[in-house]
Amino acid sequence: MTMNAGPPLLEIDRLSIDAVSAGRQVRLVDEVSLNLQAGQVLGLVGESGCGKSLLSYSILRLLEPGLRIAGGNIRLEGKSLTDLSERKIRAIRGNEISMIFQEPLTALNPVFTVGDQVAEVFRTHRGMSKAEARRKAVDALAEVGVPSPEIRVTQYPADLSGGMRQRVMIAMALACRPKVLIADEPTTALDATIQAQILELMRGLQRNFGTAIIFISHDLGVVAEVADRVAVLYCGRVVEEAPVAELFQNPRHPYTRGLMRAVPQPDAEVMPAILHEIKGNVPRPGHLPGGCRFHPRCPIARDICTTSDPQRIKVGADHHVACWEATDAH
Amino acid sequence: MLSHILKRLGHTVLVIIGISIISFVFLQLSGDPVGLMLPQDATSQQIEELRHKLGLDDPVIFQYLRFAGNALQGDLGRSLFSNEPVAGLILERLPATVELAFFSMAFALVIALPIGIVSALKRGTIIDTASMILALFGLSMPHFWLGIMMIMLFSVQLGWLPTSGRGSFLHIIMPAAAMGISMVALFARLTRSTMLEVLGQDYVRTARAKGLPGYLVIGKHALKNAMIPVITMIGMEFGLLLGGAVIIETVFAWPGVGRLIVQAIMDRDYPVVQGAVMLLAMVFVMVNLLVDLAYGWLDPNVSLQGESK
Ligand SMILES: Nc1ncnc2c1ncn2[C@@H]1O[C@H](COP(=O)(O)OP(=O)(O)O)[C@@H](O)[C@H]1O
Ligand SMILES: [Mg+2]
Repeated sequence: MTMNAGPPLLEIDRLSIDAVSAGRQVRLVDEVSLNLQAGQVLGLVGESGCGKSLLSYSILRLLEPGLRIAGGNIRLEGKSLTDLSERKIRAIRGNEISMIFQEPLTALNPVFTVGDQVAEVFRTHRGMSKAEARRKAVDALAEVGVPSPEIRVTQYPADLSGGMRQRVMIAMALACRPKVLIADEPTTALDATIQAQILELMRGLQRNFGTAIIFISHDLGVVAEVADRVAVLYCGRVVEEAPVAELFQNPRHPYTRGLMRAVPQPDAEVMPAILHEIKGNVPRPGHLPGGCRFHPRCPIARDICTTSDPQRIKVGADHHVACWEATDAH
Repeated sequence: MLSHILKRLGHTVLVIIGISIISFVFLQLSGDPVGLMLPQDATSQQIEELRHKLGLDDPVIFQYLRFAGNALQGDLGRSLFSNEPVAGLILERLPATVELAFFSMAFALVIALPIGIVSALKRGTIIDTASMILALFGLSMPHFWLGIMMIMLFSVQLGWLPTSGRGSFLHIIMPAAAMGISMVALFARLTRSTMLEVLGQDYVRTARAKGLPGYLVIGKHALKNAMIPVITMIGMEFGLLLGGAVIIETVFAWPGVGRLIVQAIMDRDYPVVQGAVMLLAMVFVMVNLLVDLAYGWLDPNVSLQGESK
């Protein structure tokens, strides 16, 4: 993988998301910038509630009512998605950018057959006839390793195991060979063996189709298995971003190091010695501490951390972090 | 699917037997018709003779079995007053009642479903509030009063619709509307709340994420799920419509079973009341059987469970 190889495929540019209720605005995602190169896998990690899902929904403008993009831009191959008409963004959804979700149990509609739900994508984006789309649905299921797909297409989601349902979701998402796949915690709801199989499947498909992936997880270990680059999110902000090997060898943000503690490490002595568990809870949006958002939980917080917000700085080739400790070291 | 249907049919038969027993027993408790059939000064011997002739002196269980046996052959006895066959009396009027119930329901749904869906989609807006208030108006107006107002406006003032009777499609509009309007609020609110719940489901988000146009996301993915509770309510309300049409039948001189039952109750005309209750109950049970089958079609998981048992 090369750095800065031309303009990014997908560019998230100082994106902010607000919740608006009863005239009050709460910022949930705060000026997040991320770049995804063609064919690359970008991992997005952070504890539950840090805004990973909102960030991913906003790309396809799937935010629920009450949430809105408050600033910034999202561009696919240079063209802005945030101000596209509803009709044009629809033509992109499931076609150029698709999504899979955390809960395969509820993400498929219980009252339609699996075949119908996969075929819909072909009918919508490729204008295929019912019969043609049904045949393509069988092929699509075969591609993601669903056994006897010609029988599966006639079944309902309730007849399938969690792993099979997630395969169906993947088949649906990749049906139109999108340029970008957004996977929001695709394996979190699955048990360990199935999780490994699904990860393996995604890696294989990514190699074959060259799809760029935004892979979201709260588990840094899972992200490490699939991602080329990793962005660490805390309270709606990117606090650290680096290629995966660099991040694991040289984590600069105390939060990143805290997340790594939760990951079984093959070579634990590489880890810096100052680590403690991440203590405390994620602050609620709207009740964020002043200064650095992480300082109440940070093992190395100093005076400056409580009063002013660290800027994002470059600490290595393609390695960025927002932490006073790193700033001072430079 | 077939075994599901057979199982439901079995239930239906049991329910009908239950209804026949209950309606028979309750009528036994409600008093003796002989007193009404004979003149005030009848001797006790005359009374005994008539009771014997009608079989009212047999043990109750005998009377029931005789009734049930005959009913199976389509003979529900004869009216104690007009001496006409009960089955004939009722069947003559049953279609009118079922027709009225059907059109009232159709009227209610045609208005309520769009209101419910639009309110859910525009939740919290003026459209939402306004349509819910409008629907409540319908609920709070007694339907006999609505019926009379309609007659005054559309028949007397404007002369558009006939005041009463049954015949053309024009005849059914007002009685169906008068009965249907009170159900609009019920169905609109049910549709709104189930639709709201369904719209928040993950599979609706999936449908959007696939790039489906709005009419498929709402009209296909959300609606089919939202209809499941609505179908249940249709089955339950249909029973109320069948039994509760008496007032509207009277206002519009609609020749249905409701008026027949009321007259028969006042006359203590046992066989007619019993037969009418039985037949209405059967229609109700049949409608619910249809509702159940519609379930199987709407929600595959229901029929699957039926099969695996
Ligand atoms: N509709 C909403 N209205 C207000 N706040 C919301 C809404 N949806 C999510 N949030 C808040 O936004 C934050 C980020 O949520 P989310 O993106 O789902 O987190 P993650 O996916 O990282 O676990 C959470 O604190 C959550 O409570
Ligand atoms: Mg999430």
